[in-house]
Amino acid sequence: MSQDLWNYIFIGGSFALYIGIAIRSRAATTKEYYVASGGVSPFANGMATAADWMSAATFISMAGIIAASGYDASRFLMGWTGGFVLLTTLIVPYLRKFNKFTVTDFLGDRFYSNVARAVGVVCAVFICMTYIMGQMRGVGLVFSRLFDIEIWTGVLIGASIVFFYAGLGGMKGITYTQVAQYCVMVFAYTIPAVFISMAMTGNVIPQFGLIGNFTEVSGETVPLLSKLNQLNADLGFPKYTVGKLETLDMFCITAALMCGTAGLPHVIVRFFTVKSVKAVRKSACWTLLFIAVIYLTAPAIGAFARTNLLLEVQGKTYAAAPDWFKSWENRGLIAWADKNGDGVMQHTAGGVFAGKNDKPVYADAGERIADEPRRTTNELSENPNEIYYDRDILVMANPEMANLPMWVIALVMAGCVAAALSTAAGLLLVLSTSISHDLMKKIVSPGMSDSHELIWARSASFGFLVVAAYFGINPPAEFVAKTVAFAFGLAASSFFPTILMGVFSKRLNREGAIAGMIAGIGLTLGYIVYFQFIADHQNYWFGISPEGIGFIGMLVNFSVATLVSSVTPPPPASVVKMVEEIRLPRDAGSANH
Amino acid sequence: MNSQPDGSPPDDGRQNVYWTKSLQIVMLILAIWFVISLGCGVLFRDSLDASFPSMGGAPFGFWMAQQGAIIGFLALLFLYMILMNSLDRKSGFDQEGEE
Repeated sequence: MSQDLWNYIFIGGSFALYIGIAIRSRAATTKEYYVASGGVSPFANGMATAADWMSAATFISMAGIIAASGYDASRFLMGWTGGFVLLTTLIVPYLRKFNKFTVTDFLGDRFYSNVARAVGVVCAVFICMTYIMGQMRGVGLVFSRLFDIEIWTGVLIGASIVFFYAGLGGMKGITYTQVAQYCVMVFAYTIPAVFISMAMTGNVIPQFGLIGNFTEVSGETVPLLSKLNQLNADLGFPKYTVGKLETLDMFCITAALMCGTAGLPHVIVRFFTVKSVKAVRKSACWTLLFIAVIYLTAPAIGAFARTNLLLEVQGKTYAAAPDWFKSWENRGLIAWADKNGDGVMQHTAGGVFAGKNDKPVYADAGERIADEPRRTTNELSENPNEIYYDRDILVMANPEMANLPMWVIALVMAGCVAAALSTAAGLLLVLSTSISHDLMKKIVSPGMSDSHELIWARSASFGFLVVAAYFGINPPAEFVAKTVAFAFGLAASSFFPTILMGVFSKRLNREGAIAGMIAGIGLTLGYIVYFQFIADHQNYWFGISPEGIGFIGMLVNFSVATLVSSVTPPPPASVVKMVEEIRLPRDAGSANH
Repeated sequence: MNSQPDGSPPDDGRQNVYWTKSLQIVMLILAIWFVISLGCGVLFRDSLDASFPSMGGAPFGFWMAQQGAIIGFLALLFLYMILMNSLDRKSGFDQEGEE
């Protein structure tokens, strides 16, 4: 059987599964659409949340980022898992007890203000739009690499599938497709890691392989990470286990990612689907367990892939280079520019090509000459690095590097698609709910009927998907990459501190909350825009990069909110009563208006 | 809303005790959370790398940042669930119907 056939079987089979689930779980009421009737089991919700959380970027790029930056990438590992501790202890049990459909509902009711509600809608839409564009792009890329079709066709196929089960099924449809998608993802991620770990270190479990010994051909044993440090140092990179980020910057970025995670609306609403506060706690354990399976494997894959790349490419002639080198060169994700003309590949630190847009442009326009490296026409940089590679290949090329059978490669591709679709669906739900529930039902026309609201929800999800697909096809490339930091920064400086204070302080009032959110978002947005687009990353304040500013924005939000609250009238007695009520876990009931 | 599940009259004292105790649990969890992640993985990483016994082939601080912290988070959530459920039971705020 050919690779194409395997791909069709795996991708086609997984799509048929998702559509089958969607047809079985079509939502008829807003309650089913928004929170799956609040009757999902903690286990199933844990799996669905894990799939929702792990995006195409996590699945495809994270191991590559770890491979490229070693210790520095720990900020993502700790940030994107540690956030769940904050989420579980500070946010979701109370919001579940509050018992409404959306995060914005809480802001609107707790701060008795439609201004707070409107700020919530804007933040939620911005955060989710930023994310969903990347997901659509991810689906398009995988399809185009797999089936040699144009990216736009891939994006449209992905968008139709998502609309089919998210638009029709709502939370009910999403939950059970996400369970299926998690299963695809976890096998796709761990199976290649196990085989590579066995080949490279002799350990079946990749996490032991990471801290184990590297098996050398000569029979000498040396710890894998020492070997990698040595290889990195020899070629002029920072040591793998040391990294080069400043401690303060690393601290702020990690903290911003953690707090941002705890403030992301599409993750919070997943916990509205379980039955009680007790079920929320249990479900959070399952969620983190399922996420940890993948996050604990990523550092192992990163270290293995890095070692493989350095050992198999460095100092080789083109004829001696491994097969995967050539096959990914075909797809334009690896390039070799023989700068010193010695016919041997040299990989060192620094960009291969001059200028910022570091992507290879090939001279052969796709018709390459067999057994010859593809020539590039880019202007070359000063430094001696000759190897360009796209970090995304480290996961996708893994099965090939380890000489795994073709069906594993197809499984990995199906896993990439599942990761992108599951996250896109969760985001789409929050986007459509923000419009149909928070904006239309709660602000514009409060008397709207349930079936009317449902029509709004479905139309809004169609509308957002069209916009997301458009940007997936024509990505504002620079913009998307730079706004991802903003999505987390925004969540960390708006939703997280405001919800936190809303639960844990009875004194925080409308004026304080709104002033705090505006100050936090204002600082975060201003800092990111200034350093990303105007000052070009020169002279950060205290060396804090825009990725980490959300943490400072959060502190500003806390201080401004407390200060303004203390000089303005306290919240009304009914709101204080509500806060007391959500602090007690009993009678969470099922979600209602 | 004003009566307890067992039919007894509202009891602000009981609610305040419950809230104080659950805050203590949250503080405990977050203190450990901070030490194992931002502490071991970032702030004290250099000294842990240098002076702590390494985990297999990995320096201790590096291992905490890439593996240990995540394992710790998982243990923390489990601990949180146990402590809060037991507090609920002792305070009479236990909930029906979990699945």
